[in-house]
Amino acid sequence: MKKLTGLLLPVLMIAACTSNHTGKTLPIYGEREPVTKALNSQQVTDTVYHTIPAFKFINQFGDSITDKSLNGKIYVADFFFTSCPSICPIMHRNMLNVYNAFKDEKDINIISFSIDPKHDSVAVLKKYADGLGISGNSWWLLQGDKMATYDLSKSFLVTTPKEDEKEKFIHDGYFILIDKQKRIRGSYDGTNEEQVKQLIEDIKTLKAEPAETAK
Amino acid sequence: MKKLAAIAFLLTAMGCFILSCQSSEDIEFKRHYAGGMLLYQTHCQNCHGKNGEGLSALIPPLTDTNYISKNRHKLACFVQNGANGIINVSGKFYEGSMPPSGLSPIEIAKVLTYVGNSFGNKTGLINLNQVQKDLKECK
Ligand code: HEC
Repeated sequence: MKKLTGLLLPVLMIAACTSNHTGKTLPIYGEREPVTKALNSQQVTDTVYHTIPAFKFINQFGDSITDKSLNGKIYVADFFFTSCPSICPIMHRNMLNVYNAFKDEKDINIISFSIDPKHDSVAVLKKYADGLGISGNSWWLLQGDKMATYDLSKSFLVTTPKEDEKEKFIHDGYFILIDKQKRIRGSYDGTNEEQVKQLIEDIKTLKAEPAETAK
Repeated sequence: MKKLAAIAFLLTAMGCFILSCQSSEDIEFKRHYAGGMLLYQTHCQNCHGKNGEGLSALIPPLTDTNYISKNRHKLACFVQNGANGIINVSGKFYEGSMPPSGLSPIEIAKVLTYVGNSFGNKTGLINLNQVQKDLKECK
């Protein structure tokens, strides 16, 4: 009998997994590990997904923003700097579409980390936000310790920014979609209008995800 | 009668000459425009947008036909040396900075012919001579 349950368990688990995929759900990215723990005197195996770690930055209004400020929210993150001559204007032209689609929804946020915090002071970020035409608290432009920013970029699975003589900084233009459990659910080329349209669709899908998969 | 034929011949010859002249200018225009489009895509579009729409109040649009035609002789300097400081385009103020493009004068002629004849603008051909003349006046 024990043997049978041993056989059945994986089958059941696979079945449970695949049943998630009837209705459209988004994949979960990053490394994962199964963790077995004792729960009510039973052995339970859970999958631990890659999540975004704790962080602390300051937004364009001078407010402290931490990972906790995003509890219970779906959010999109990117890395940029205000004096970027290359891809940032395209990224934020596209991000404006995301902003406009969801700015009235309290549980959806956008956060843009500056990779040039020395230049991008709170005042500079505020001016950039005004120039971009964004207001309120649905899109935060964040700055903080440079090394902390670069380290954090790794957990979003984007290429770590590099300083460069000509371009000032080299970074990739990905928009990362994070769910309410702080797991990575999508990654989109922010310079590609089509992919950003997909991001907007995926946010709707993620928002509609039943609470049990999003426990 | 012979005189008449000679005049007719001369007139047609002149006509042909003018026509071929025009069409060679036309060809020059098309060449500039096509090359300029590619240069625009790689050097300008990220900031000014696919349709010259700019980006909110950060980057001015290239769709203000008044601005473009009035300032057509300053554009080469903007593209070569970049632009800084406050400018007024379409009744809005912009205070960004545009980096020097690194383009050669002939490339500037091409990209300006493209910009000058897209997004509603109609400046006609902006050729190398014109650009070289304009560049001498840069401040
Ligand atoms: C890094 C972003 C950036 C790039 C790349 C860029 N521009 Fe600009 N451009 C600007 C900004 C910002 C201004 C406004 C400068 C100011 O406020 O003085 C501007 C101003 C202009 C103007 C005058 C104002 C207007 O809107 O008509 C023209 C013309 C222009 N740019 C053409 C070009 C052309 C042609 C290229 C490509 C060779 C180009 N720009 C590349 C950002 C950029």
